[in-house]
Amino acid sequence: MAAVNMVAALNMALRQEMEANPSVLVLGEDVGVNGGVFRVTEGLLEKFGGERVMDTPLSESGIVGAAIGMAAYGFLPVAEIQFMGFIYGAFEQLASHASRLRARSRGRFSCPLVVRTPYGAGIKAIELHSESTEAMFAHIPGLKVVVPSGPASAKGLLASAIRDPDPVLFLEPTRLYRMIREEVPEEPYTIPIGRARMAKKGRDLTVISWGSMLHRALKAAENYDADVIDLQSLKPWDEEAVMASVKKTGRAVIVQEAPKTCGFASEVAAAIAEEAIAWLRAPIMRVAAYDVALPLPRLEDFYIPKTVRIRNTIDEALKY
Amino acid sequence: MAEKTIETFEVKRLEILDDEGNADKALMPSLTAGGIRNIYEGMLLARAFDERALSLQREGRLGTYASIRGQEAAQVASALAAEKSDWIFPSFRETGVHIAAGYPVHQLFQYWSGDERGMRCPDDLNVFPVCIPVSTHLPHAVGAAIAMKLKKQKSAAIVYFGDGATSKGDFHEAFNMAGVFRAPVVFICQNNQWAISVPLSRQTAAKTLAQKALAYGFSGIQADGNDAFAVYRAASEALYKAREGGGPSFIECQTYRISDHTTADDSSRYRPAGEVEYWKAKDPLKRLKSYMEKEGLLTEDYQKQLEGKNERTLDEAFREMERIGPPPPSEMFAYTFRQPSRRQEIEMRSFADGGG
Ligand SMILES: Cc1ncc(C[n+]2csc(CCOP(=O)(O)OP(=O)(O)O)c2C)c(N)n1
Ligand SMILES: [Mg+2]
Repeated sequence: MAAVNMVAALNMALRQEMEANPSVLVLGEDVGVNGGVFRVTEGLLEKFGGERVMDTPLSESGIVGAAIGMAAYGFLPVAEIQFMGFIYGAFEQLASHASRLRARSRGRFSCPLVVRTPYGAGIKAIELHSESTEAMFAHIPGLKVVVPSGPASAKGLLASAIRDPDPVLFLEPTRLYRMIREEVPEEPYTIPIGRARMAKKGRDLTVISWGSMLHRALKAAENYDADVIDLQSLKPWDEEAVMASVKKTGRAVIVQEAPKTCGFASEVAAAIAEEAIAWLRAPIMRVAAYDVALPLPRLEDFYIPKTVRIRNTIDEALKY
Repeated sequence: MAEKTIETFEVKRLEILDDEGNADKALMPSLTAGGIRNIYEGMLLARAFDERALSLQREGRLGTYASIRGQEAAQVASALAAEKSDWIFPSFRETGVHIAAGYPVHQLFQYWSGDERGMRCPDDLNVFPVCIPVSTHLPHAVGAAIAMKLKKQKSAAIVYFGDGATSKGDFHEAFNMAGVFRAPVVFICQNNQWAISVPLSRQTAAKTLAQKALAYGFSGIQADGNDAFAVYRAASEALYKAREGGGPSFIECQTYRISDHTTADDSSRYRPAGEVEYWKAKDPLKRLKSYMEKEGLLTEDYQKQLEGKNERTLDEAFREMERIGPPPPSEMFAYTFRQPSRRQEIEMRSFADGGG
């Protein structure tokens, strides 16, 4: 086992799934010769050839739309959208087609595709390279949404996403790509979609997060006796794990990088209110970014929820 | 019954200035000596800005930057053909257009340093903010052009994009609407032959990009994009036609991206060095300079004077950016709506109290 970063772990998962199953294809902008702008698909063209690793025109709707046709015809396409900020051109294909093909055809056709895309803040990028709009996609029935928080979970979750019989949006926190190194097993493995991971165990409160914010949540909860839950999958999400923890601790703080209004934390908060309100000893609290367009680099740090904000919210929940 | 040809098309290419700086007099646009100097000065400043931005980026004083090296003629000569009342819609690689339009240089530094205030266009200019999602600004230009027509104003919209942009649906929707509404818009594609690592042959199976206009019912021309005179002439004619009610035009400027895609890219991974060398020999500035020398429009002195002036302009602009300093953090709340929402007001208070 070697300590690798998330880019290497994702690359390993793609390579192994492509080796194991000739139906797995990769397509997107700059994924072939260039190996992807973050190098996640590096070396795949050389190994699997241009028919299985396709550099496409600059055409997000074309990429996802064509992947739907390939998937329906029996392939397992893994489409890359270069940054989540450019996925909206393909939104119609995801919301109106990929997510509905199974239902629309009453099971005759299905759409086992994966759309991978880097997302999230913290890399001081130009406009539209840093937003977290996962909730917009988790809102769509028929589309799964997965967010790894480290190299090991990235590898196992991507393998599951590729093998999944339904469309999966796989969100890769850009800030984490090279931030953490972890022991990642060489041999292929999967982590089930829809299952959360207990990142830290405790008794006094439950902190729930995913992706890049999980690391700030963990930092903030360092000196507290808290459960910290890494959701990993947002659709479907692990309500069982969250409810069990909240019923035990009586307090829930949900941390997201996206603006507060209608973020995924709202869904988690509403479900806790519905299922576990009788166990609560404090209001459910959300830590989120402000309801503004994510600023350019000069102000980015003021926008992303800081560890101290999470800690203050934890204190507030505990003192309530 | 019969099978017959019901429509045929041709695609023209315009070249005026050759690599050695000889111009085809019959094709020359009407430009005074002052007009030619103006284009040259704009191109030289654009080149100097580009070099300065790249070195500031390397020093960590600017963020990721997209170089325009090699595309100065396509940008400056076309933008100088526009009137102040025309509206300009740039993509993200248009420093030369900004400079030709008279956009404040310190604001360009602000923008590339990650300060939103850099995109606050001065009131006497009509330059839309930089558009990051490729091709998505083309319909905006068409809409503005339709609006100009509705208001019976003799103006035009001019919109810039790359070869990669022609693969997006927005390109086709914009072209189609422009044709249907005979909108006074000039589409300028800088075909620099690469979209990051993807060559033109992966964007289209068509022989030219210019011909794409024909399917939408208006004219498309290919110009030598490293030839300031060809670009100026094509843009002037298209803008004139637009203002006179003749509808949209498309100009494919065939050029080349000499630098990496951005400072975050390494083009040696995907393209042969020989190709870059070939295009360096077609440098648009060198070509115009040779022409001007031959015509007695450029002396050693004048060149030195310009270079000195450009250095001073850039020094002052960067100092001005530093003098203004970073934006106040509360600035991020300021422009979401004209009136902040209740939730934003709560957030602003908590932010001011150190809640951030
Ligand atoms: C819709 C969209 N998809 C992907 C990107 C990422 N990206 C930025 S520039 C670029 C290539 C653009 O190529 P081209 O249109 O030829 O313009 P050039 O960069 O050559 O000026 C890509 C893929 C983007 N900005 N927008
Ligand atoms: Mg290009």
